[in-house]
Amino acid sequence: MKSHTTAHRKSGLWIAAMVHRLSGLALACFLPLHFLALGLAINGEAPLDRFLEWTANPLVKLAETILVFLLTVHLLGGVRVLLIETLPWREGHKQLATAAVAAAALAAIAFLVRAA
Amino acid sequence: MNVRLYLLQRLTAAIMVPLVLAHLAVIYYATRGGLTAAEILARTRGSIGWGAFYGLFVLAAAIHGAIGVRTIASEWAGLRGGKLDLLMWGFGLTLATLGLRAVAAVLLP
Repeated sequence: MKSHTTAHRKSGLWIAAMVHRLSGLALACFLPLHFLALGLAINGEAPLDRFLEWTANPLVKLAETILVFLLTVHLLGGVRVLLIETLPWREGHKQLATAAVAAAALAAIAFLVRAA
Repeated sequence: MNVRLYLLQRLTAAIMVPLVLAHLAVIYYATRGGLTAAEILARTRGSIGWGAFYGLFVLAAAIHGAIGVRTIASEWAGLRGGKLDLLMWGFGLTLATLGLRAVAAVLLP
């Protein structure tokens, strides 16, 4: 008999938890590359400048925009987790999670507009 | 996840909340009209404040990320015991080393 069920995956809060986990995983994959890029400055300005010129590419700008979204959504999702674990339970977490995604999307769009 | 790792995960998360907000503010400020190495290094080189900020950020992110990767590897890949600890320590120490190297690169003259 199969006891496993996937019905909970339709819950907004399960999706919020999954977004938090996947954004964290993506950031964990990105961080070593970010540190390696900044580490180019160890050999002076020129190597870092060559890398920064490459980041002017529109596809890289799009990737950076996605990273801003991931960082913001992981931050807000993390704050929500800390609030759930430290304060008494309150209603409205689905709305909070939705607001977090919306705020992260706005932050990413604002970055794209500013950096483009 | 044991209690110590759970608390460390939450502690580093709480530490990083203001750090990430400040980092996002710097990203918005610094990326207007494009980035240059000269602009970045003029802000960071020789700055004890930025050194402390990014040093703390790197260490908190390395601990937080390593524990997060450990949790995912345990729950999704079924990793257990020594392999799980090796992954956590390996990832955390790699992140800390690369991160502190990057801080030194933008801080030291």
